[in-house]
Amino acid sequence: MHSIGTEPYIILSLVLFLMGAMGVLMRRNAILVFMSVELMLNSANLALVAFAQQWQQINGHVFVFFVMTVAAAEVAVGLALIVNIFRERQSINIDDLQQMSG
Amino acid sequence: MENLPLLVPLVILAPSLGAIVNFFFGAKLGEKWSGFIGCLAAIFAFIISLLLLTYVTGTDGSAAVVNPPLVDGWLRIESIGLEIPWQLRVDSLSVTMMLVVTGVGSLIHLYARGYMHGDKLYPRFFAYLNMFLAFMLILVTANNFLMLFVGWEGVGLCSFLLIGFWWDKKQPEGWKNSNAARKAFIVNRIGDFGLLMAMFLIFWTFGTLDFYKAGELPNTEAKYLVGWREHNGLLDHADKAEHNGDDAEGAEQAEQTDDGHGAAYVCESADQTAHDADDAQKKKSTTSTSDAGADAHEIDEAHETESEHGAVNPLGSDIRALYCDNHHFDTDYLGVFGQTQERFGQGETVDFGGFQLAFDDVIFLIALFMLLGVTGKSAQIPLFVWLPDAMAGPTPVSALIHAATMVTAGVYMMVRANVMLWELNHGGYVIGLIITLVGSGTALMAGYIALGQWDIKRVLAYSTISQLGFMVAAVGIGAYVAAMFHLVTHAVFKALLFLGSGSVIHGVEHGHHHAHSHSHGDNHDDDHGDQEFDPQDMRNMGGLRKRMPITYITYLIGTLALAGIFPLAGFWSKDEILADAWYEGFQLNELSGFIAFGILLVAAAFTAFYMWRQIVLVFFDDARSEAAQQAPESNGAMLLPLVVLAIFTCIIGFINVPKATPIFSNIYETYEFKHFLEHSLLSVSRGHSLDFNLLIAGIALGLGIASIVVAHNVYKGKGLARGNRDQLERHASSRVAFRLANARLYWDEIYGNLLEQPFNRLASFFADRVDWDFLHNYFHDSIIKRGFDSIAKLLGQPFDLGIIDGAVNGVAWLVQRLANWMRGLQTGYVRLYAVVIFIGVVAVILLMLTPFLQNMLQSGS
Repeated sequence: MHSIGTEPYIILSLVLFLMGAMGVLMRRNAILVFMSVELMLNSANLALVAFAQQWQQINGHVFVFFVMTVAAAEVAVGLALIVNIFRERQSINIDDLQQMSG
Repeated sequence: MENLPLLVPLVILAPSLGAIVNFFFGAKLGEKWSGFIGCLAAIFAFIISLLLLTYVTGTDGSAAVVNPPLVDGWLRIESIGLEIPWQLRVDSLSVTMMLVVTGVGSLIHLYARGYMHGDKLYPRFFAYLNMFLAFMLILVTANNFLMLFVGWEGVGLCSFLLIGFWWDKKQPEGWKNSNAARKAFIVNRIGDFGLLMAMFLIFWTFGTLDFYKAGELPNTEAKYLVGWREHNGLLDHADKAEHNGDDAEGAEQAEQTDDGHGAAYVCESADQTAHDADDAQKKKSTTSTSDAGADAHEIDEAHETESEHGAVNPLGSDIRALYCDNHHFDTDYLGVFGQTQERFGQGETVDFGGFQLAFDDVIFLIALFMLLGVTGKSAQIPLFVWLPDAMAGPTPVSALIHAATMVTAGVYMMVRANVMLWELNHGGYVIGLIITLVGSGTALMAGYIALGQWDIKRVLAYSTISQLGFMVAAVGIGAYVAAMFHLVTHAVFKALLFLGSGSVIHGVEHGHHHAHSHSHGDNHDDDHGDQEFDPQDMRNMGGLRKRMPITYITYLIGTLALAGIFPLAGFWSKDEILADAWYEGFQLNELSGFIAFGILLVAAAFTAFYMWRQIVLVFFDDARSEAAQQAPESNGAMLLPLVVLAIFTCIIGFINVPKATPIFSNIYETYEFKHFLEHSLLSVSRGHSLDFNLLIAGIALGLGIASIVVAHNVYKGKGLARGNRDQLERHASSRVAFRLANARLYWDEIYGNLLEQPFNRLASFFADRVDWDFLHNYFHDSIIKRGFDSIAKLLGQPFDLGIIDGAVNGVAWLVQRLANWMRGLQTGYVRLYAVVIFIGVVAVILLMLTPFLQNMLQSGS
């Protein structure tokens, strides 16, 4: 139990988060962007669990459950949107979706 | 008894209520009830006046001032010290007027019920009549000039309304009626200007408009008061010398004229009495004067009845006693006439801001302006011209307003102001002479014009003017009691004559309808405008003696009274004026006396002549028209007032029988009316008291009878039909004189040419040249319009379009540019937005971490 400290988890979480963020900013495929968002959420989850472990507090665990619930709901809604967008224009390239430009 | 004056507001209230009821509900009430209410209001006021008479006689001439409830204070402008309470005055003079107004007024109301029968505006007529009574009673009960003025204008308004009562008749008569109304109103405005000026001067000079303040005795020199002072040794030497040998009152006059102020209030005795006066009474009087508005009423006990026992000093209750301080008292506590009495001839000056005038001169000016007011209201030269035209009104109106009451308001006011006139006359001013000239000139002129008139009412109108001239002349020679006496008797017999003439006109009119009943409707008021037939023209009458016997007898009594035939009312009053004039002229060598005596004697002869001419033309001989032939006697409602007035005409003259009259002075108390009035009129106590003068009475009576005989011989049996010339016109010697009289001496034409035409020309000059050409065409069009246009253009082009619109449009342009630039930021690329959010989040986190990082760096280093 005492073999590994909190730091490696946090570093892993940071790496995952940065990867997710890069994915969100760089990828054009909506599905991949979506997946990157999930990655970021889960990195945050990891950090929460790590800290909860460190401070022996239940709050972090509770947050994680909430985040997972919200993520699940988000996936449902998001995928539904993407499916509909694809049906509409046979593409899920987010750079094509710029009707709102000024 | 002491509380009786509290009833005086009812005298005004009753006719006011009658007027209001008839105004608003008259049409619903119907003719019967509307007339009933009008008469009831008048009779109620008459009964109250009788009660007030019992108060004045019962308390031996007390004067009371009443503040009616609800009208507290009335008018107050503190910045200029103006405070005018709504106070009603009950003294012998106002009660006399109240009795005349309500007594004659009641009878005329009763008469009008018959005369106006069938008129479509019947309720309105009674509303106006009641309104007139209310205003007339305000006029005579007023205790200050402003209230008098309210009444004065009010009766003027009612006069206007009633003269023009038949304004909607068939043309041109409708126009004639409304023109007559407007003429009366406008001419009276000129007189009112005089009264207003007099009021302004009075207020400036005296600081008050009250006749007498509450608690002030109008006549501190009344015989009973002097007697009391003498009895108690309070009379100083000057007074004593004057009142020694009082038995021969006539002889004392010469002394008094030399020393008009001999009888002025003696401060010493008053001072003494002030201390004697019991404290409670003193306190009461003080509060009542200083705080007049606060009390619901104050009654001034002019004197106690036990004065002859010496129990209470009658002067102790006079306001003067309270403010007496070592031979000097503050006149500010007195009313206008009290102040005049004390301040006249003391060499005071009155400051008018820019200039100063002697006090006595100011009083003279006031009297002159007042005289102008009198010439308007009482129809004297030069403002009498409205009265003959005023006959356009219904006959009861002529009787009530234009013969008995309203036109005597001027005489009443001058008698009320007798202190001023007396002081002026005895201070070397010619006001008496001026008034005498106006009065006797009017009497002669109007009497002369009446000789040549055909209209039955017009004769009476000029007769009224003439008799008012008698009264004014009496005031001019200082015979105030005689003026009031003639006012009373004239009110009775002239009302009788007017009502009689109304009865005649009514009868002739009905006779005319009867004669043409198939061609005319029976509507009373539509047929007044008949153009071919004039029911007022005496040439259409004749022989009415048999058709209208009661009207004839009463009319005859009135005529004889007016002609001054013994022993009817007119004989006594006219004789008293003549006797006073004779005394002033031949005993005292006053010019005004000579003038009045000479002119009035001629006027009296004229009076008898034109009245008998009227009697002959109307009642004698045979009927000269179908209408007169079939004229019926009037109904009972009209005859009853005639009979009552005829009875009063016979007896009213006995109220003032002179001393030493054969037979009559044994039956009646002599100079009863004079002693009654003495309590209100200072000058009466200072004046003389004449014995009956058989010579003058004989001359006047002989002249009257001679005139009647001449008139009878001239007109009887001559059948003066329409189209025929008057008897006087047939004779070359009197032709010019008759035509002048018939043309009314061209007064209207003279005024028309001298005043009206220049006035109209001036008006059209102002309208056409000044207003239209200059103001409208030049000033308005060229200057104002053009200037306005250029200013508008200046404001419109550079200012509004340039600056205002520029600013607004500039802001809009700016916003547009900004928005255009900012549009570019919205690319629509989701990833770009994400980057921006990312950068933002990082920035926020860095910001939050800044202190933490700083700490780390510091601790690290």
